[in-house]
Amino acid sequence: MTGEGIRQAILEIINEIVPDEDLANVDPKVPFRDQIDLDSMDFLDIVMELRKRYSVEVPEQDYPQLLTLSSTVDYLLPKMESL
Amino acid sequence: MASFADNTRIVITGVGLTAPNADNLGDFRKALLEGRSGIEMFETRYLPPVPAGVCRFDKFKHETKKAARRGTRAGSISIYCANEAVLDSGYDLQNSDRSRMGVFIGITEHGNVETENEVHSLAKYNNDVKFWTHHHNPRTVANNPAGEVTLNMKITGPHLCMGAACAAGNLGLIYSAQMLRLGEVDFALGGGVSESIHTFGIFASFKSQNALAHHEDPTKACRPFDRDRNGIVVSEGGCMYTMERLEDAQARGAKIYGEIAGYAYNSDATDFVLPNPQRQAECMNLALKRAGIAPEEVDILNTHGTGTQQGDEHECEAARTVFPNSPRPYINNTKSFIGHCMGAAGALELAGNIPSFQDGLVHPTINLDNIDPDCKLEGLVINKPRAVENVKYIMNNSFGMLGINSVVILKKFED
Repeated sequence: MTGEGIRQAILEIINEIVPDEDLANVDPKVPFRDQIDLDSMDFLDIVMELRKRYSVEVPEQDYPQLLTLSSTVDYLLPKMESL
Repeated sequence: MASFADNTRIVITGVGLTAPNADNLGDFRKALLEGRSGIEMFETRYLPPVPAGVCRFDKFKHETKKAARRGTRAGSISIYCANEAVLDSGYDLQNSDRSRMGVFIGITEHGNVETENEVHSLAKYNNDVKFWTHHHNPRTVANNPAGEVTLNMKITGPHLCMGAACAAGNLGLIYSAQMLRLGEVDFALGGGVSESIHTFGIFASFKSQNALAHHEDPTKACRPFDRDRNGIVVSEGGCMYTMERLEDAQARGAKIYGEIAGYAYNSDATDFVLPNPQRQAECMNLALKRAGIAPEEVDILNTHGTGTQQGDEHECEAARTVFPNSPRPYINNTKSFIGHCMGAAGALELAGNIPSFQDGLVHPTINLDNIDPDCKLEGLVINKPRAVENVKYIMNNSFGMLGINSVVILKKFED
């Protein structure tokens, strides 16, 4: 997957978790939680969906890497580029 | 005079409901008077299609998509009914002290749906528990439906679900009345809910017990007191009431649907599943005593009757004991239209009869083509509504497994 593919995949997952939110204008450099209604249980859903859909594991110590859309893509690229 | 601890009068000021044949009280009443069943064939796991009652309320009228996804079906039903009840009551939620409000919901069971779904889902991942959802516990705790209402409506007073098998709907009203009487809340949301059709286990268990209804026409599957009845039709549903002390309701000029005149709940202490007519009669008599009325003063008896062979017979035996040789009360059954809404049953079935105070009609029991001689009751209203002069008292029966009986008597409001 490319960085753009990963970005799309993440937004697709978030859209399912918070379907009431408009994700069209998510700023990739701003923390998710400052822009959309995403709490810690929702965050665990992102981790779970990455596991279910892409067999990607995000260890707890790496959760801070998923702060923004941009940092998430950067973090996941080495894990998902071969998919 | 009522034989309660004090003379506090408790009234119903709002109703919100969803049933297999309606999503509000007006439509529900209309369906009951027109003889319209809400039962259809329903697909569930591992079983051929079964007759069941499905609710089609607007889930997102009062709840976000995010909250609905995170929560449970029972939570969504509760949220819909609670919001509809408050709207109906005209209560000013925005400017009220929500720490003085309580939410009390009767449930037959809770958590089976979520657990079954998750077990089913886990099998797709070779039962590796790292795929088990972190939402499992908040979805399955026993207070989930009532808790979801408090989250949705920002109510900070007490909330609780009463596990009371199929007697639960009445328990929601009884507990609300008790909390109002104790002064622990000023405004109670009480009733019952059920999401039971979304677990295959409830159907499979009744089937193994030879107590699951079957009929080629699903609308005729639930037939209490009929010779050819063959079991229970499982349904989902919900009904929530807003309840207040009379002086509070009058102070804000609320419309009043009826007054809680009496109630009782007791235990058979005899069997896991078989009812005990003697204890049922004792429960009805205790409710009458607390209401301070004689049996012949009851105008409508809404039966629990689920359409099982023994259950219906036993309830009729109990009713004959309490109401011997009397043309009153008129007797009906709401499950014949909507199936058994489990935790919601008692609350929904009472709601369907409340309009009788105004329209003077008793909704019938449908699907009663050949009465079982063991279920013969003088006042049974069969297949067509009956007009009566004046309805003052409605007795509502709900009984459940492990031998739990609940009875509520609602009185037409008179100042």
